[in-house]
Amino acid sequence: MVKARVLIRPKEGILDPQGKAVERALPALGFEGIEHVHVGRMVELEAEDTERLGELCEKLLANPLIEDYEIQTL
Amino acid sequence: MIWGVLQFPGSCDERDALHACELAGDGARLIWHESRDLDGVDGVVIPGGFSYGDYLRAGAIARFSPAMEAVAEAAAGGAPVLGICNGFQVLCEAGLLPGALLRNVELRFRCHQVDVIDERSGERLSIPAKHGEGRYYAPEEMLDEMERNGQVAYRYAEGHNSNGSVRDVAGVRNERGNVLGLMPHPEHAVDPLTGSTDGLRVFESMAGRVGA
Repeated sequence: MVKARVLIRPKEGILDPQGKAVERALPALGFEGIEHVHVGRMVELEAEDTERLGELCEKLLANPLIEDYEIQTL
Repeated sequence: MIWGVLQFPGSCDERDALHACELAGDGARLIWHESRDLDGVDGVVIPGGFSYGDYLRAGAIARFSPAMEAVAEAAAGGAPVLGICNGFQVLCEAGLLPGALLRNVELRFRCHQVDVIDERSGERLSIPAKHGEGRYYAPEEMLDEMERNGQVAYRYAEGHNSNGSVRDVAGVRNERGNVLGLMPHPEHAVDPLTGSTDGLRVFESMAGRVGA
């Protein structure tokens, strides 16, 4: 089995209020100089065959209209 | 006409949807999500709730249910399909409607009465909305195309777009016009006891699509 990790992020240009909320909270905690925060998802899985992982991402793990994804095999 | 109201694990508005179909003068029965057979109904309502716990993305898993395969076929055949709230999310995920629903802009679950404008008739309807992921999004070119085709079905009235939807879009239809999805809940606005019966107009106008 091949271990893989799929990183899913909001597409660039789409308003990401979750990332903004995190970003706005940082100065109050003493973290200065951090910007462009985006919050996404990570899916870990094990696959017999990684050939169809792209299709899996397109159909289920990500919504290509609003999200970008990146597959990392470990 | 007879409506089938889908029921997923996690649906919660299917009883109100059944009741609304009946008050609008139609028949209605529940259809379990595992059923591949729509049992001869004329149209389908996909109700609100949290199908499959809204895991991954709202509607992402429900779209793969056997009943949704049957709904896609029925929609392709011209049957009216009405998706409300989670049902709207399911229809977008299934590709039966354009666009997607994102987290509300303020990240809060909003539950309140909203006014929406029926883009065809100009009617103003007062309907409850209750959702955390109701911010409608579609890319600009897609929106332009939808506007040209008359696919923007409902817009939030001025000051009523609390989720940050692009161009105040509250509901959209497919190009053919037989599939409609909206975030506010017309099935909760069918009895004078709860303040508004405007929701009935949505069911009546969809029932009017039979044979269209």
